[in-house]
Amino acid sequence: MTNKMQNEEGRMQNTDSIHPSSFITHPSLLKATFAIVQKDLAAEFRSFELVSAMLVFSLLVIIIFNFALELDVKVRQSVTAGVLWTTFAFAGTLGLNRSMATEKDRGCMDGLLLAPVDRSAIYFGKAISNLAFMLIVEAIVLPVYSVLYNVNLFRLDLIGIILLGSIGYVAVGTLLSAMSVQTRTREVLLPILLFPVAIPVLLAAVKASNGLLTGAEFAEVLIPLNILIVYDVVFIAVAFMVFDFVVEE
Amino acid sequence: MIIVKKLIKRFGLKNILRGLDFSVASGEFVALLGPNGAGKTTFLRILATLSRPSMGYVKVAGHQLPGEAAQVRARLGVVSHMPLLYPDLTAEENLRFYAQMYGIANYQSRISEVLEMVGLENRRKDLVRTFSRGMQQRLAIGRAVIHDPEVMLFDEPYTGLDQDASEMLDEVLRSVAAEGRTVVMTSHDLARAEDLATRFDILSRGVIAASATQKELQNTNLLAFYKQALAD
Amino acid sequence: MQSKPIALKILDVVSIIVLAISTYLALFFAPTELVMGQVQRVFYFHIGTAWVGMLGFIIAAVSGVAYLITKDMRWDRFEVAAVEVSTVFFFLTIVLGSIWARPAWNTWWTWDPRLTTAAVTELIYIAYFMLRQGIDDPEKRARFGAVYTLLGGVSAPITFMVIRLFRTIHPVIVGAANANQEKMSMNGDMKIAFFFALFAFTVIFVDLIWHRIRLGSLEDKVEQLKLKVSM
Repeated sequence: MTNKMQNEEGRMQNTDSIHPSSFITHPSLLKATFAIVQKDLAAEFRSFELVSAMLVFSLLVIIIFNFALELDVKVRQSVTAGVLWTTFAFAGTLGLNRSMATEKDRGCMDGLLLAPVDRSAIYFGKAISNLAFMLIVEAIVLPVYSVLYNVNLFRLDLIGIILLGSIGYVAVGTLLSAMSVQTRTREVLLPILLFPVAIPVLLAAVKASNGLLTGAEFAEVLIPLNILIVYDVVFIAVAFMVFDFVVEE
Repeated sequence: MIIVKKLIKRFGLKNILRGLDFSVASGEFVALLGPNGAGKTTFLRILATLSRPSMGYVKVAGHQLPGEAAQVRARLGVVSHMPLLYPDLTAEENLRFYAQMYGIANYQSRISEVLEMVGLENRRKDLVRTFSRGMQQRLAIGRAVIHDPEVMLFDEPYTGLDQDASEMLDEVLRSVAAEGRTVVMTSHDLARAEDLATRFDILSRGVIAASATQKELQNTNLLAFYKQALAD
Repeated sequence: MQSKPIALKILDVVSIIVLAISTYLALFFAPTELVMGQVQRVFYFHIGTAWVGMLGFIIAAVSGVAYLITKDMRWDRFEVAAVEVSTVFFFLTIVLGSIWARPAWNTWWTWDPRLTTAAVTELIYIAYFMLRQGIDDPEKRARFGAVYTLLGGVSAPITFMVIRLFRTIHPVIVGAANANQEKMSMNGDMKIAFFFALFAFTVIFVDLIWHRIRLGSLEDKVEQLKLKVSM
């Protein structure tokens, strides 16, 4: 803390002597990413537009599943993972769409592109914000589901799987939402683009979660867990490489 | 400050800009006039590094595009008809965000300075969504000058403003954005352009059809010059 | 208007001939399979279409990458051609697979990894066409299309892996789908029909791709002429 204060002071004294037009630097990837995340979270915590929409939607989906699948004790055990991930996936597209639309609608995307930062900072910034929104929703849905159906979903291993699955989903989703927002069909297009490509991560996540919830052997969970990790790594790398092509003109 | 030679921009098979030559000296204020579809916005987007030239030579603030886009971006401010602001953030937070994106070290004092310049220091803690169109546009100017750029680009900055707001914007454009900087502005509003600019270039069918400085225009008015250039 | 190149005309004729020969080999020349009977004959075309479907899929992803690197619109035309032709062939594969599956496993559809991956790939293709439909600027259309084929190209193999792993853990669906195919021993005549089908469909594939690329460049030419007229 004191260190930081000293730093601030140091900077204050410095700037007076610097030539006015040279006081900008090209911010590092990390700083620019952080600035975007901070901006997104600050805006969201003010309006709660995005998270509340995702949350209400999630709860509605669970209620519909409840009656559609007649979630009695027997059925519940085997479908809980499926219900949860379907809910997360649907709510996720809602958030991804909205998050990118706020950039596009007022030309803010141009504002981001005008800044002297690497394009990947925009990708990582948006992806981390989207992940944060998704995790917030998941953090509320899990206890609600636990209470409603009297199962304990608050397990560290399950939370780990949910984190890995959400990372993969958001990694592809952020890239594709940056594409879909620039098309004529916009919101409608995102799930159509996203779901066929995200099938591996969703299936692996369901499989791993199901294994944990039904108390399967660890070896059974290990395979989908590995797929999750591979998917996350591969798609973050691919998205990182092609994001430039999605935002440039 | 800006040198453009034989610039060609294609969208698919359509040529929007066809071998455009253009240059702006340091400190000049050039108004880019022309009918809809002449390619004004496209041209400005290329200068702003937001769009890539299909062919040709473009140099802004001493750096060539699209290769050295990052260097150009650091020296460039853009005001468009969209404010490029986040409605759910306050004026101050918006500026802070852009200050961080431009890597400004001591941004707190710079933000206060900019807010004062555009006359919004009293509204610094208010959400941008509560601002009128004119106030948003003034804040947008503040956003564009936060990093003290050498070159400013205005793309139809008066769109959607009423007479009073336009006049106020005039003031801010002149004193905050244009002062000591090189400016290129596109506009439909000939009267305002005539007021602000030192040179007038008419863009028609993808090339600069005519160009005149304020001095050369002294005897004729801009409207006559504009009509004449388009008729040729 | 440029006329059809002679090489393409020859290839058209060759395609028809090899298709006819392959049909003859599959339906009459190859002996009837002992276990599955006549329906097994659909297998030759099933594999042939699946092979070129996959070939198209790989070509599309590769030309997508090539487009992103070179920004040459010819790669985009190649990519579209590969995707379009591959879509049709994968569809045929799925239909032929179902015809085979009905008597063999007593169901039209199984969630077999290959079948499911082919179906998911069809969905990726449909999404690809919808994406392109929604973009007016040809350059942007090409760019986004290339990015999406690349994503699809990376994701489809993982999908295949996932479904396959699921099945090894959960052998609940219809019997051993893979085992049937792998165990099926082919005698000499069957092999001839099999490899000729692969060859025939490859020729047809090349012919169709060529036509589609030619159509693409003619479309461009029409656009160009329209622009000239309107000027």
